[in-house]
Amino acid sequence: MPALTREETLELIQEVLEVYPEKAKKDRAKHLAVNDHDIEQSKKCITSNRKSLPGVMTIRGCAYAGSKGVVWGPIKDMIHISHGPVGCGQYSRAGRRNYYVGHTGVNTFGTMNFTSDFQEKDIVFGGDKKLGKLITELESLFPLSKGISVQSECPIGLIGDDIESVAREQAKALGKPIVPVRCEGFRGVSQSLGHHIANDAIRDWVIGNRDGDERFVATPYDVAIIGDYNIGGDAWSSRILLEEMGLRVVAQWPGDGTLAELELTPKVKLNLIHCYRSMNYISRFMEEKYGIPWMEYNFFGPTKIAESLRKIAARFDESIQAKAEAVIARYQAQSEAVIAKYRPRLEGKKVMLYVGGLRPRHVIGAYEDLGMEVVGTGYEFAHNDDYDRTIKEMGNATLLYDDLTGFELEEIVQRIRPDLVGSGVKEKYLFQKMGIPFRQMHSWDYSGPYHGYDGFAIFARDMDMTINNPCWDKLKAPWVKDAATAAAALAARA
Amino acid sequence: MPNVMIRRKDSGELLFYVAKKDLEETIASVQVDTALQWGGEVALTDGSRWYVEPISPPPVFPATLRFRRGEG
Ligand code: SF4
Repeated sequence: MPALTREETLELIQEVLEVYPEKAKKDRAKHLAVNDHDIEQSKKCITSNRKSLPGVMTIRGCAYAGSKGVVWGPIKDMIHISHGPVGCGQYSRAGRRNYYVGHTGVNTFGTMNFTSDFQEKDIVFGGDKKLGKLITELESLFPLSKGISVQSECPIGLIGDDIESVAREQAKALGKPIVPVRCEGFRGVSQSLGHHIANDAIRDWVIGNRDGDERFVATPYDVAIIGDYNIGGDAWSSRILLEEMGLRVVAQWPGDGTLAELELTPKVKLNLIHCYRSMNYISRFMEEKYGIPWMEYNFFGPTKIAESLRKIAARFDESIQAKAEAVIARYQAQSEAVIAKYRPRLEGKKVMLYVGGLRPRHVIGAYEDLGMEVVGTGYEFAHNDDYDRTIKEMGNATLLYDDLTGFELEEIVQRIRPDLVGSGVKEKYLFQKMGIPFRQMHSWDYSGPYHGYDGFAIFARDMDMTINNPCWDKLKAPWVKDAATAAAALAARA
Repeated sequence: MPNVMIRRKDSGELLFYVAKKDLEETIASVQVDTALQWGGEVALTDGSRWYVEPISPPPVFPATLRFRRGEG
């Protein structure tokens, strides 16, 4: 299918929205837009970070998911209590593939689920006592934990428990940081507020812990990687590049992160932010309080990696800049070989993305390196500032969408028929049954890493293996003769 | 009266950021910007206006200040 013109894209949006009642149509129309490079501010064309419409199927998560699942969960040497009923933690346990090194259950706890398992009596009489007891028990069972965070689920806020005072009391008793996080699921419109609340908890309970402690020996080349979740090892394949260019990565979190790294972050010279959405708050805070500048970077695909490495190096002296060039040169042959192998197989393929915090814009460059084109992109829970950054990355007249409903996503994909859809696990089987190649772009579909030069090779291989998989020709029943009847049969089923 | 964090962009311009409102905008002009004072009416590139009592000595950016909505 050739690229759509602006008018055609607008028409497509109108057609998709046709089924809604008048009011819902008006509301949803604000969340769908055609990209236009002339627009400087995204709020002129797209509305974001609004409550989802009741009655539609949204793909968003809750604030608890944003705090426990995203920001705090991967800090590996702390125990994160899912405070409240058992389900919230259990059904999301270990789903994010944040890799880490350590002995789970001894000195790291990433894939374990700890919960206070609220029962009726805890709701009626309050759960503070239970929380206190739970923390004491944790200490005897897992004495090597470095700290504990209390991640509130919905009931905690509803019944008005005072987890802060329990945390203070227990922190004194145990001599470890205990962080109460008020990330009840009902707060905010999506997981995005959970990120913010989690950032604020880091700010209030952790970041200042080593203020005035001058024992840490700093160097002029200290940096922190913030907002890399180490999905499938992403942070590791990023970190080596920074180290090769002569920087010292003092802290790397949340992915494979530790409490000590969180506490040492205010001692670095530059904060490098990969996921802007979930970590900009704490970076802004450190800039204001400690004067540490921060910058966003993008380690997807050789073009963006080289660009980012140069941008990072520009913040340091010439020796680092020279080493950055050396790193880029060293990996050039490797990425050229990857491109030579896969580009002919992927050239011109069209991709639609619908993901979370940074990928809808960050991976565009990697696809372009492979000669592919991203024809539509959107976020579950972005804010205006994310779309501001996206407009520049996307081609003119491509489709932008915010907080898509299940129906809209399906409908748009049916009409555009891209060669690849990248979204989450809930969408995966739907599109595969429609005969459209699909990659799960939250968890890299059990693959990864995708960051860095090494990650790019895996990324390219995965895309090729998905799109050019022979199974897609087998979706037509053998007795169905031509494509038209097959399509009619599909349509009749739908 | 939102809390506004003001920081300097790489290009040197000042950025006006209101987390609660999800607003990240460049500052177009500041009424009082001298060696002694900073503040008054602040106009953003999107046309909105905000007000803060002039502060002396001028704050060191990034800084968080409490702004009022300006007229117009
Ligand atoms: S919305 Fe509340 S009950 Fe549901 S998963 Fe989130 S915290 Fe748990």
